[in-house]
Amino acid sequence: MRAARFWGLVLSAGCLMGLCAPSFSAAQISSDPVASTRSDVTINVYNWGEYISNGTEGSMDVNAEFTARTGIQVNYTTYDTNESMYAKLASGGGDYDVIIPSDYMVSRMIQEDMLAELDFANIPNFQYIDGDFKNPDYDPDNKYSVPYTWGVVGLFYNTDYVTAEEAQSWSLLWDEKYAGKILMFDNSRDSFGIAMKLLGYSFNTEDEQQWREAADLLVQQVPLVQSYAMDQIFQKMESGEAWIAPYYSGDAAILVEENDNIAFSVPEEGTNYFVDAICIPKTSTHKAEAEAYINFLCDPEISYENCSYIGYSTPETAAKEMMDPEITENEMYYPSEETIANTEVFIHLSDTTNQLLDSLWAEVKMGGPGQVGELIAILVLFLGLYIGVVVYKRRKRAREQ
Amino acid sequence: MTRNKWISGPYLVWMVLFIVVPMGMVVWFAFTDNVTGVFTLDNILRIGNYSNVFVRSIWLGALATLICLLIGYPLAYIISRVDEKYQNVIVLLIMLPMWMNFLLRTYAWMSLLEDNGIINNLLAAIGLPRIHMINTSGAVVLGMVYNYLPYMVLPLYSVLTKIDGSVIEAAQDLGANRFQVFRRVIFPMSMPGIISGITMVFVPSVSTFIISKMLGGGGNMLIGDLIEMEFLGNSYNPNLGSAISLVLMVLILISMGIMNQFSDGEDATGGVLL
Repeated sequence: MRAARFWGLVLSAGCLMGLCAPSFSAAQISSDPVASTRSDVTINVYNWGEYISNGTEGSMDVNAEFTARTGIQVNYTTYDTNESMYAKLASGGGDYDVIIPSDYMVSRMIQEDMLAELDFANIPNFQYIDGDFKNPDYDPDNKYSVPYTWGVVGLFYNTDYVTAEEAQSWSLLWDEKYAGKILMFDNSRDSFGIAMKLLGYSFNTEDEQQWREAADLLVQQVPLVQSYAMDQIFQKMESGEAWIAPYYSGDAAILVEENDNIAFSVPEEGTNYFVDAICIPKTSTHKAEAEAYINFLCDPEISYENCSYIGYSTPETAAKEMMDPEITENEMYYPSEETIANTEVFIHLSDTTNQLLDSLWAEVKMGGPGQVGELIAILVLFLGLYIGVVVYKRRKRAREQ
Repeated sequence: MTRNKWISGPYLVWMVLFIVVPMGMVVWFAFTDNVTGVFTLDNILRIGNYSNVFVRSIWLGALATLICLLIGYPLAYIISRVDEKYQNVIVLLIMLPMWMNFLLRTYAWMSLLEDNGIINNLLAAIGLPRIHMINTSGAVVLGMVYNYLPYMVLPLYSVLTKIDGSVIEAAQDLGANRFQVFRRVIFPMSMPGIISGITMVFVPSVSTFIISKMLGGGGNMLIGDLIEMEFLGNSYNPNLGSAISLVLMVLILISMGIMNQFSDGEDATGGVLL
């Protein structure tokens, strides 16, 4: 889901250098009692790329630390999109014990009965997870997932041109004053999410009419948008080519840190907050050991190490308290409670709605729906041309003979 | 002959594994439902919704191909006529940009064309008005031409350089003027190069996706972007994506069929086209 894991790495490198995060040696950490797990097994962990503290640049090697504490070996592999992870599991192509999908993918996998129910007796550290992150919409009874990291979608804007008051509303993205200086998400779910929030609807609705209204709003926005972009927002915002862009807080934090004239705000209409959560697939053969791993990741010290490294926010107050106050008091990393109260997570939409969304999105970007006749006309034209040429050449050859 | 047949074995295995099987899967996906997996024509019928993406892709691809041909032909002709010791150097220079990563080259064009980009800053510095270039379909065509021009020049060059000088002399001896020499001798003889150049530029241009994303601002959606969206977008519909790929393949196949009609005439008398 997050398009720019790479920037997370750059950011975390920056954070580490700037903050000189204290490093914990293995000896300082008391070992957890691990009950009913066998220490001679290997668990297969499938995570996002660059999404765990791996021992570089003075950070903790979390997986090695886990092995040191429990004796359980970790076979760690990575993916770059929720969809590729999903495709691999759905096709039976991998035998994994721990996966870390995003919110909407967790809900999809719950619906499709792909996740195992967790035994929270084996995950005592779940107590450290803040109440706000328990029983989330994507997993209402909190039976299948434990939050790993989170962030929000907000507005990044150039303070030389845009005032902080203007950035309090998503309508800034529809402000004709800034025509040609506005960037927009280049994916349907995030763009529609913003339009839905501006209309005051939930972006998890199955109501076709509301999605169509949002599409109309996005059509109105087209002439004002400079470009639909994902990773390119970094370059375009930095160079001043664009002044306003919505993006994921943790990913783009580097923009604010390195440019005095770029600021971040979370509009008052509310926004999307996203969570990547730890789950166990139903096919796991080492469930107890996988739960020990989840428990380990929930240890506040480990959560602190991971979040310091990857640049996203931790769902644990105890881990947050270990961080530099400069980070934790920053709305960009840790939005205030009022802000969070006004947010929503993505949950999995039905296939019908997802397809509606993608075809509406294509219509928005193409300036209207296509015509079946048009496509048939192209095919007929091509075929006609081919037949014409063949016939012409046959005749010519016959004449020559 | 039979003795040497086994040599093709490794390629045959490769071809079956990585060309025939995936093609079969694309066809299979295109005609099955993405939930139930039963046979359906829905995917193919739904492509109609995206007809304007097809029109745009084919139009921009054709435009880029035409521009490549107009730029590439004279260039290839000139190279083939200069002293042989310089030819290799010039060909090397044409190949040079291709040593750089495709993405990087396109990214560089992005910073060149931007409103605050290098070109506009230069224009402003010498007192000329700024031109809006980025995020237009013109920028997409420019990106295609820049990236695929070598694919047009190289086959043209290799054909033109093989034309025997004595053939041209013969035409001149028979009283042809320069235009006639070109029209009746050089052009027909270079037809195979033109055909393979057109194919090698048109096919990747029509199916490109990153150029439109970077230079077209995402608003100039092409077929490649559409296919990417179906596979990596949130609806994750490989079946519709496969159906779109299939239609694209059929279109390209027909275009190549048309092209082939022209290239087989090289042995015939000149003026196949004219």
